[in-house]
Amino acid sequence: MNGCHLDPQGALGGNPLFALIFNVAAYVLPCWLAFVIAGLVIMLILINAVLLGAAIVSWGERRLLGRFQNRVGPNRWGPFGALQPIADLAKLITKEDIIPYGADRLAFTAVPVIMVASLLVATAVIPFAKDVALVDLNVGVLFILAVSSLTSIAIFTAGWASNNRYALFGAGRAVAVLISYEVPVVLSLLGVVIVAGSMSLGDIVVAQAVPFFLVQPLAFFVFLAGMSAELNRTPFDVAEAESEIIAGYHTEYSGIKFALIQAAEFGGALFVSGLIATLFLAGWAGPVADWLGWLWFLIKTFIGIFLFVWIRSTFPRLRLDQIMTVCWKFLMPLSFINLAVVTLEVYFLRDASGALSTADLWIMTAINIPVAVVSIAFFGWIIRQKVRDSSRTTAAASPVVRGVSTIEVG
Amino acid sequence: MTIRTEPMTVNVGPQHPSTHGVFRVRITFDGEDIVEVEPVLGYLHRGTEKLAEERNYVQVVTLTDRLDYTSSMINNQAYCLAVEQLLGIEPPPRGKYLRTLAAELQRIASHLIAVGFFVQELGAFGTPLMYTFRSRERILDLFEMLCGARITVSYMRPGGVFSDAPTDFWPALDQFLDDFEGELEEIENLLLNNEILMVRTRGVSPLPADVAINCSVSGPVLRASGINWDWRKMAPYDAYDQVEFDVPVGNTGDNYDRFWVRMQEVRQSLRIVRQCIAQIEPGPVRLELPMVLRAEPGAEAYGRVEASKGELGFFLVSDGGVSPYRCKIRSPSLINLTITEHLLLGWKLADMIVSLGSVDINMGEVDR
Repeated sequence: MNGCHLDPQGALGGNPLFALIFNVAAYVLPCWLAFVIAGLVIMLILINAVLLGAAIVSWGERRLLGRFQNRVGPNRWGPFGALQPIADLAKLITKEDIIPYGADRLAFTAVPVIMVASLLVATAVIPFAKDVALVDLNVGVLFILAVSSLTSIAIFTAGWASNNRYALFGAGRAVAVLISYEVPVVLSLLGVVIVAGSMSLGDIVVAQAVPFFLVQPLAFFVFLAGMSAELNRTPFDVAEAESEIIAGYHTEYSGIKFALIQAAEFGGALFVSGLIATLFLAGWAGPVADWLGWLWFLIKTFIGIFLFVWIRSTFPRLRLDQIMTVCWKFLMPLSFINLAVVTLEVYFLRDASGALSTADLWIMTAINIPVAVVSIAFFGWIIRQKVRDSSRTTAAASPVVRGVSTIEVG
Repeated sequence: MTIRTEPMTVNVGPQHPSTHGVFRVRITFDGEDIVEVEPVLGYLHRGTEKLAEERNYVQVVTLTDRLDYTSSMINNQAYCLAVEQLLGIEPPPRGKYLRTLAAELQRIASHLIAVGFFVQELGAFGTPLMYTFRSRERILDLFEMLCGARITVSYMRPGGVFSDAPTDFWPALDQFLDDFEGELEEIENLLLNNEILMVRTRGVSPLPADVAINCSVSGPVLRASGINWDWRKMAPYDAYDQVEFDVPVGNTGDNYDRFWVRMQEVRQSLRIVRQCIAQIEPGPVRLELPMVLRAEPGAEAYGRVEASKGELGFFLVSDGGVSPYRCKIRSPSLINLTITEHLLLGWKLADMIVSLGSVDINMGEVDR
């Protein structure tokens, strides 16, 4: 050590990996350079892990979709086609990089970068195992919400900069959906934060003596639905509805830019599944061995991804107005119910220091599961009427074609 | 404060994932609502009618394959009926049954495509489409056994079919029918009561019966509007007077009804195929005719069938030569497109694609 000092309480200094690299580098380098190099190494690890994860997700999703759809999926390149993402990437990188005539070049180019960057930054706070998050922020949940909503700006920029009307359609739809679904998602996360008593993702995992998908099934349901909307996945994938608006906001993207957008999308699936695992499935906590935390985390993450692929391969797509109805008239009341119930339970069950015991969590589970079943059934019944009504009103508004005669139809 | 908005015109097609080939429609949108529709046709025009004037009567059969390439058997049948009417001949019973059987299998295949793409356009990513194509593949395999081709079959000839079914065709057909019952049930379970499919299609783009008649649409689109109109019942050709089947009829003519009618027709076609198998008897499949057919000068004939998409008619005029003097094709897809404006105006972008899909057009037939 040549006198370099790292604040162990700081966001980066608290990370053992960062500290290790910093200390090793500080033997031969000046302090500021050691700091920069440690940061670069951490970034390298993060970027590669996320992008590799995205590649694996893209392969896994295509294989799974293949199985769901009675076909094989990519199986030519590598064992079980596992090298397919590399082949895809090689193809996309070598393709011509087209910027359409009349596009806003700077904004058009910036979009894929923003999308991948916001994904990477958001992933940094997810604890992959016990005490292994790149940064364990004490406002982790807030940070994730803030960073991941950058995506909506990127998507709108993409649609606007592309000089393509399908892209504009997609951008408009995406922004409407993303902004609307942010509200129930935030409200459902509020319940999680109240029970855990912390916004740090590490603390939330520790607080899950009973996994939160049991303690707050409503929040889990709302979060799952809201996240499939934010990921643009069926049944909420209006923003890139292929059969309607080609590819939505990324219609004009090709080559490496398209690859980055795809990476951001598959990485997004990975990130959201990781978030679900952390917030609702007790993250790295497993039946045995804390040092196997990464394994439990990976298993739970892939459960989430499997769920998304399963839903994607099963359901048709809702119309935009129906998606809005589902958000404001179905998910919103559900998340409010969850918030109210959870708040009351915490108020009455907590001990003098404000903490909840495992027994308290089980009591909450016993109350919340029936509440969730009843309220989902009730609001589901209401929403069925609402959505069908909205179809009917548009039917009445449709104009009559010219020259209708009154032929008697036998 | 008022926000200035203006309508936006979008060219949907000819290069678009869900315009069924090269259909192009210029649409003006107000936000997501459709305010103006202008279909533009002709991207797949191949001059079939003119070509038919340069071929002899048997050679024209190959041209009909390429009209609606998802139901070539039925196209063959319509043309052969027209020629038979022109010449005043009638095929032997076994030929008639083989034609009926092939046409009904083709109807199943065509409806499976229609339903599969309809749900694909609703946004179900591939799964229903793959389910329906799995069964369609089996039908194409059967066609391959019948005539060696899968899509452009050219199986039928004026005066019958060109060859009898091979002996191993019948067990394969039985096997397919047994399997298909289960596969069809699977598709129906997945789709018929699917909540999302219902909210997306029920009450959307309804076609009142009087409008349907005025636009002279035919086929499942007409029947979905509540009109019992099926040439197989009203003017039975080939073996259709020997078999029993029902004509499924819709109620309001919305997208769901059009989809529902097709699903039910698949079941009815299965019934017809089974009856054909039970009733068919050994015998010749084709009349002994000269290689080159000639009709009386000035003879005219109109042969029509209930194709998978509607009434398909061939109007032939002879000048006594070896080829038709005039061959006019009344293709159901083209006529069914006349309701485009009625289906689309006032609806949303997302419904537009689904409504077009529910009409089930085929550009090979529209442009000819």
